Amino acid sequence: MDFRSNIPLYLQVIADIKKKIITGQLTPGEKLPSTRELAALYQINPNTVVRVYNEMELQNLTFTKRGIGTFITEDAHRLSLLKEEMAKLLAGELVKELKDIGYTKEEFLDTVARIYDVTL
Amino acid sequence: MLECKNLTKSYLNKIAVDRLSLQLEPGRIYALLGPNGSGKTTFMKMVAGLVKPTTGELLYDGQPIGIYSKSRIAYMPTESYFYTYMTGVDAGKYYHDFFPDFNPDRYRQLLDTMNLDPTQKIAKMSSGMMAKLKIAVTLSRDAQLIMLDEPLNGIDIIARDKIVSTIIGSFTPEKTFILSSHLVDELEKIIDHAIFIKDGVLVMEGAAEELRMERGKSIVDLYKEIYAE
Repeated sequence: MDFRSNIPLYLQVIADIKKKIITGQLTPGEKLPSTRELAALYQINPNTVVRVYNEMELQNLTFTKRGIGTFITEDAHRLSLLKEEMAKLLAGELVKELKDIGYTKEEFLDTVARIYDVTL
Repeated sequence: MLECKNLTKSYLNKIAVDRLSLQLEPGRIYALLGPNGSGKTTFMKMVAGLVKPTTGELLYDGQPIGIYSKSRIAYMPTESYFYTYMTGVDAGKYYHDFFPDFNPDRYRQLLDTMNLDPTQKIAKMSSGMMAKLKIAVTLSRDAQLIMLDEPLNGIDIIARDKIVSTIIGSFTPEKTFILSSHLVDELEKIIDHAIFIKDGVLVMEGAAEELRMERGKSIVDLYKEIYAE
């Protein structure tokens, strides 16, 4: 995974895991790697992983079984919200960037629609 | 665990470290950042007990640098300090003789994960292999504070990845790492805390994630900002 440097790493890792949940690479109830394993996987500091897992638990995306590990929630309602959350987040960034360069809502929608059609 | 107050090292015509005050905690990976000649090595050598501070205070677990601190601190200098007729095996024995906390099993394991042949003569090693060997002997000590001076300098990308994973793999909540570098981008992902020094003076320090959040900039960008003339 390529990191963008001006955003906290833990948020980027969370976004990556969320994406894996949405796309089904990670399934509800699945056990996530240990702190150490995830640190090795992303090549990041284990303290960052601790922060990732704490934050995901706060967001009710994961739960911890003591001494066993961290698991993805099986709460279907919570998981269904995930896709929308992610879409809002990404759309928010995009809208901000385009507003900055003076795009109107119509221009924005028009551009998005056109690019949507040609993107795989 | 490590505390320095107004730590200063001056040579005849140069102040290498200038009234540096810092407090380092266990369980963190610190990056000591700054261009060549900013005082990183002098600082590490003072902590390792190889260079005596001119003035100021330097305490490890509340005690002055000395026999106790040396038994708890592992330091890897930038220079290569092995006899070239030695092999990896010999270097391990040499370290084992010097340091009671040296773990030969761990050393064998580290050589293996870094794809080093323990029977190869050091004279025949490339600079990348030598760099990995230095990391392996240093990390085979069960030290509490590990200082690596320029661990990634002059090493190809593949070896760098190996070294980075090895550092991550040997990090535990009881240990503290200080990694010095002028190649900030290599360290960006693995550090907790960044310490920027310039001409021996502390210019900025803070938790890496906080710095990124507060300033909306990467550590690399901050580095460029601080050191651009």
